Amino acid sequence: MTDLQQLAQDVIASALKSGATAADCTIREGSEFHATVRCGELEQLKEAGSKAIGLRVFCGQRVASAYSSDFTAAGVAQLVASALAAARVTSEDPMAGLPPPEEAGQITEDLELFHEDVAQRDPAALIAAARRAERAAFEFDPRIRNSEGSTFSASAGRKLLVNSQGFCGEYRRTSCSLSVTPIAVPAEEGNAAGMQQDYWYTASRRLAALEPPEQVGRKAAERAVRRLGARKVPTARVPVVFDQRTAGQVLGSLLEAVSGDAVYRKASFLAGKLGQTIAAPSVTVVDDGTLRGGFGTVPFDDEGVRTRRTVVVENGVLQSYLLNSYTARKLGMKTTGNASRGLAGNPGVGAHNFFLQPGSARPEEIIRSVKNGFYVTDFMGHGVNLVTGDLSYGAAGLWIANGELAYPVEEVTVAGNLLEMFQGIAAIGSDLEFRGWLACPTLLIAEMTVAGT
Amino acid sequence: MHSASAFFEQRYGVTPSDLEKYLAAALSAGGEYADLYFEHRATTSISLEESLVKGATQGVSVGCGVRVLSGERTGYAYSDDLSSEKILRAARIAAQISSGPARVSAVGLADRSLPRNLYPVVQAPTDVELAPKLELVFRADRAARAYDARICQVRVGYMDEVRYVLNASSEGVVAGDYQPLTLLHVFCLAQDHGQRQRGFSGGGGRVDLQFFLGDKPPEHFAREAARQAIAQLSAVEAPAGEMEVVLGPGWPGILLHEAVGHGLESDFNRKKTSAFSGRIGQRVASELCTVVDDGTIPHRRGSLNVDDEGTPTAQTVLIEKGILKGYLQDKLSARLTKAALTGNGRRESYAHIPMPRMTNTYLLAGDSDPQDIIRSVKKGLYAGNFSGGQVDITSGKFVFTASEAFLIEDGKLTRPVRNATLIGDGPTVLRHVSMVGNDLALDEGIGTCGKDGQSVPVGVGIPTVKVDRLTVGGTG
Repeated sequence: MTDLQQLAQDVIASALKSGATAADCTIREGSEFHATVRCGELEQLKEAGSKAIGLRVFCGQRVASAYSSDFTAAGVAQLVASALAAARVTSEDPMAGLPPPEEAGQITEDLELFHEDVAQRDPAALIAAARRAERAAFEFDPRIRNSEGSTFSASAGRKLLVNSQGFCGEYRRTSCSLSVTPIAVPAEEGNAAGMQQDYWYTASRRLAALEPPEQVGRKAAERAVRRLGARKVPTARVPVVFDQRTAGQVLGSLLEAVSGDAVYRKASFLAGKLGQTIAAPSVTVVDDGTLRGGFGTVPFDDEGVRTRRTVVVENGVLQSYLLNSYTARKLGMKTTGNASRGLAGNPGVGAHNFFLQPGSARPEEIIRSVKNGFYVTDFMGHGVNLVTGDLSYGAAGLWIANGELAYPVEEVTVAGNLLEMFQGIAAIGSDLEFRGWLACPTLLIAEMTVAGT
Repeated sequence: MHSASAFFEQRYGVTPSDLEKYLAAALSAGGEYADLYFEHRATTSISLEESLVKGATQGVSVGCGVRVLSGERTGYAYSDDLSSEKILRAARIAAQISSGPARVSAVGLADRSLPRNLYPVVQAPTDVELAPKLELVFRADRAARAYDARICQVRVGYMDEVRYVLNASSEGVVAGDYQPLTLLHVFCLAQDHGQRQRGFSGGGGRVDLQFFLGDKPPEHFAREAARQAIAQLSAVEAPAGEMEVVLGPGWPGILLHEAVGHGLESDFNRKKTSAFSGRIGQRVASELCTVVDDGTIPHRRGSLNVDDEGTPTAQTVLIEKGILKGYLQDKLSARLTKAALTGNGRRESYAHIPMPRMTNTYLLAGDSDPQDIIRSVKKGLYAGNFSGGQVDITSGKFVFTASEAFLIEDGKLTRPVRNATLIGDGPTVLRHVSMVGNDLALDEGIGTCGKDGQSVPVGVGIPTVKVDRLTVGGTG
């Protein structure tokens, strides 16, 4: 047993001794490194480590929690005391509790989450990579005249969970990313009008798997330059193509709608729709916590339940919600191992690696199939109403005329209803790529409202 | 006023000579400037749903951030352990942003904590027992459910925190602050004939619990959230396209925050990445518009005695009668552009690097009667409440999403419309302001602004305003 596991066991023992009937304790420890290079010069360097402890206690059906960054004996005593004090005044919730013991467990094989090349990083090499990526952006096109910088981030963390039912688990993870945000400026001097920025990034759990810095820089520059000269378009109902980034945001709204919290509260437009057709027959959506080296991969969820692969939508039919033990009890179902929590508070629901299965069409083919439509490459705002499924985002991208990307578009909105959008998916790209825990290929929606002039 | 320096000395043994020692270590490799930011944050949060308090959390986080500046470079490190050894280690890491022998030394530190206190409280909210806070959330729940039988779901959240912060810089200044903050919010779902709609309201500020026992009781927020949810049940599709838009008073001031506020933060302007870069002295709004950022309004959520770099906050005129006057400064940008400090250097916590941020941003009142403004519109949209916004600093395009809006037809508010995002261009939108009401209101104290992954509490305000042209992103 590690020192921190012992500490967590002691905290739980102390909570039980002080009157708790059950408890769980999480400890998180991590280090972070960020270097930003801007216009060729190192601009920011940040490096630090931290750790913190969270405790959740049950007094019968009452629950409360506490957190602290103070690991001294007095700090730990205070942690236990304040959690218990709060648990004396919260309400009796018949559904409160740790997960059923038979659900407890963890994946024991190596999930390839921790990599020494990130943990033993050489700061100078990471700064050099950030510099190379930004330089490639500047060299891509003379109109890249400015930059918000190029940032290399690397982090390593350790997370453990112990509960009073005997669960004890711990894992370590690393992650790293390189992002570049170049700015395209149409005129040589002095005029801020018409400037455009965009970004691109690569991310992985190990340094060796990152895309080459030059590739990231060029892609970012290409995205920024093609926005120059963007204009508004007249309001119309047209086919809309979402690129990987914006399609991912649309898929993110589906994720929120299948999360057990929103479902049992009837705050989701997908509440009560299990077994129903909610999307085009070509649509299959999966949450998989077991992909080796994945950003959403963990051996157990934040309640100590073994992670798994869950098919959420299969051939257009809603097959499963994503649940933790609480939302499962509320809905009369079983947990899907999707408990997610911060240091303290009740667990919520979080996805692992959440993705829409790719189709066979290349993105260029999808664009070519559209006679007159909008290729969306950027969303702005938070315009989704999960209760109704109504969606309205600020958008930028390129207009499609006769199957070609004709000119850049900005200051417009796209609006529709998520249920109608998923049912109206007319093509799915073959371009599924994981840059985080959520990924979606290019999507074509048959018709949406684009509002402009 | 609670002395932050005494707090850190008594509780953690941090003495004035320690501060000098840490600053010297931070400057040991040739940095031009260094500062320390000690923070102790205690929080409470309570959540209610299904008429049950399902959770309560109390917690403490403590740490110290060390920053070193060298030209345009920033070195940063932090420690969540306030022992000498750990802070010295962080100082030496941050020092590495520069290389060479020490060139500057910290001059004699003097405590310059302000005599003023913008947010005196009778009792720290975190020192109050949980029971009266629970009573607030139960009262909100009862009021929301009593509002209308169609309210089928109520969620209430209560949060409070108290921060002790201590800034010490190599310029010799020590400035402490004691910052309370509370927030109560209510979310309602209404259901009728299979239709479901939501409503949301909340408020608070740098206040103690008395705030919720006076003019702004929990019932006030509960009824407002319930009212919105019920009103939305009869909402029709929002229109799509350019039209006249009237913004209601208060929270719709988020327009200023997104459309102009962020674009006037000095880091973007120093780097020439903002659509407002190089426009000081130019017309960016109609003559009716004067916009200020004011960190000194008593008890407001966005107010601070000193910013997170120890600079006293102030009232800064950003736009005066339509002409761009100034930017919001933090120490780094002010040093590099030789500008005066405005008290806008802010950070989320000790683990974050400060940057220029807004405090409370609002548009001064004009002289139009709000009713006349609505009457002047033949066909347009009245937006009374928003759920959030975002801006692209470089292109200047901004959005905000209306959570409560009505069609204006022949000078009258008619039907409520479903959620719609509005999109516009920051440097030009205020030029289309043709009427400004005499009813300036600040929001209820619920705003949180995100920038570069850092969240800070802010305030906004606006009177009723008519914008002649804005794109509304509905489907109808």
